[in-house]
Amino acid sequence: MAWEENLTCFNTFGEKESWSLKTYEKLDGYQAWRRVLAGELTPEEIIEEVKASGLRGRGGAGFPTGLKWSFMPRGADVQRYLVCNSDESEPGTCHDREVLRYNPHALVEGMAIAAYAMGATVAYNYIRGEFIDEPVPRFETAVKEAYEAGLLGKNIQGSGIDCDLQTFVGAGAYICGEETALLESLEGKQGKPRFKPPFPANFGLYGKPTTINNTQSLASVPAIMRNGHAWFAALGPEGSGGTALFSVSGHVEKPGNHELPMGIPFKDLLEICGGVWKGRNLKAVIPGGSSCKVLPAEVIMDCTMDYNSLQQAGSSFGTGAVMVMDETTCMVKVLRRISRFYMAESCGQCTPCREGTGWLYRMLSRILDGKGEEEDLDHLLAVANKIEGHTICALGDAAAWPVQSFLNHYYHEFEYMVRNHGRSIVDDNTEAAA
Amino acid sequence: MSHAEMLSEHVIEEIEHWKARFPEGKQRSAVISALHAVQHENEGYLTAELMNAVADYLDLPTIQVYEVATFYSMFQTKPVGKHNVAICTNVSCMLRGADDIVDHVENKLGVKLGESTEDGRIYLKREEECLAACCDAPMMMVDHKYHENLTTDQVDDILDGLD
Repeated sequence: MAWEENLTCFNTFGEKESWSLKTYEKLDGYQAWRRVLAGELTPEEIIEEVKASGLRGRGGAGFPTGLKWSFMPRGADVQRYLVCNSDESEPGTCHDREVLRYNPHALVEGMAIAAYAMGATVAYNYIRGEFIDEPVPRFETAVKEAYEAGLLGKNIQGSGIDCDLQTFVGAGAYICGEETALLESLEGKQGKPRFKPPFPANFGLYGKPTTINNTQSLASVPAIMRNGHAWFAALGPEGSGGTALFSVSGHVEKPGNHELPMGIPFKDLLEICGGVWKGRNLKAVIPGGSSCKVLPAEVIMDCTMDYNSLQQAGSSFGTGAVMVMDETTCMVKVLRRISRFYMAESCGQCTPCREGTGWLYRMLSRILDGKGEEEDLDHLLAVANKIEGHTICALGDAAAWPVQSFLNHYYHEFEYMVRNHGRSIVDDNTEAAA
Repeated sequence: MSHAEMLSEHVIEEIEHWKARFPEGKQRSAVISALHAVQHENEGYLTAELMNAVADYLDLPTIQVYEVATFYSMFQTKPVGKHNVAICTNVSCMLRGADDIVDHVENKLGVKLGESTEDGRIYLKREEECLAACCDAPMMMVDHKYHENLTTDQVDDILDGLD
């Protein structure tokens, strides 16, 4: 079936200067925010609308966005903050960069609405440092345009509503995508996750009530407020409202970012991307960024791309970063690369993660160097199991899950390499077939 | 003498620009931006003197600047080549030939990942992690600019074009 694309966050795509205020307003942009400024929407109504839309956090954890907003303490006369997480770093994920470059006003409007709904008068967008050349200036230009159009600032259009929006630029650290590490970084410190509780809604930026939402989550809000919760919810299946941004990378003919309804069958998504490249067969897919468990072809081909389906299949929706691997892929090599990432990005404060991620990487390197022993395979799993659940933040779990799932589905490839002094089963099979 | 005198007018302007975004007394939030500005002017790396100057200017203990400079991957605390070349080798790029790009660049420049060319022209950054351009893999970042869908010929053009 044909799927309609670009309904929410990418709605300006294809328009001339899709990033400009003019284009955004032509497509009813800032209509919802203007209703807020006109006093037509209360914070409670906005939160209820977002709750009912079924929007869940698109940064990976999938926590219901409206519910998260409702945790912010109300009434008390304290400074509250909204923080947007544009520290897009989950391997395979590259769609927030597209929102920042090509539809930044959707994010500006989403942030303004969210801030108002939670009683926050100051909002920061934390953008990863590597985006300094193009996404940061695009976003900052949009913010400037919004100020000049009288859509941001103090007592906006005489409404009594204050909303100041600032950009923050990071300096390279995956861990800063973890919300409390991000707050530490925003305070000018090393990005080391905090113990929870207290949660940011009670003790966040500078110790003040703070909510952190992902770029895509916030950029989805204006369309929800324009079209209503029922419209958004009905785009996807039960439990997975709306559209999602999929970054499809790896061994497909046409890698690309696509905004599509939640619940699209994986098969259709693959077809949109031109199928597996070079006429080869599909071997495996990591469906939501490198922290998610890998799924073999026969499993993913029956999945729909939503929270429930992927969870039932033994993985998760994650960030919607779909990494496709063809039949020639050596799974030992892929896992070693993933493990290298978690070793490099561990912040180092929890021993199981700091030490364990290095052990995993070194054992996998040893196996690839032809010096592996059969007991290494048990050790890999044991180390992964000892990291999982024993760290302050989810980076430890994210380092463990790939190891567990690669060994679960592709144990024979690791065993073959150990027994054959570093030769990959994939290379040997290719040679045998030639 | 105050170390802060080492900072150029432009750097001070930059720091003030960022400081203004945070509440009174929260100038520590400007450390990352200050280090970006200082590193940029010093041809790509930080020195202890420059970090001390930032600490002085922002009225922070030096350790609070050192610990940030050493934590984030975009900061270099040892002298490196003038142009920063970072090739992503994470999974999406690896699946589309990033290792070949790395081999090609290492051979061309005669240095390994993490090393600078002898003439100080290019720093080939230590193994780079995902830069969020996965659908246009393989890719590399040269002095903050993204170059995507790379071929070895394009890599040659880009590197030869650096002064």
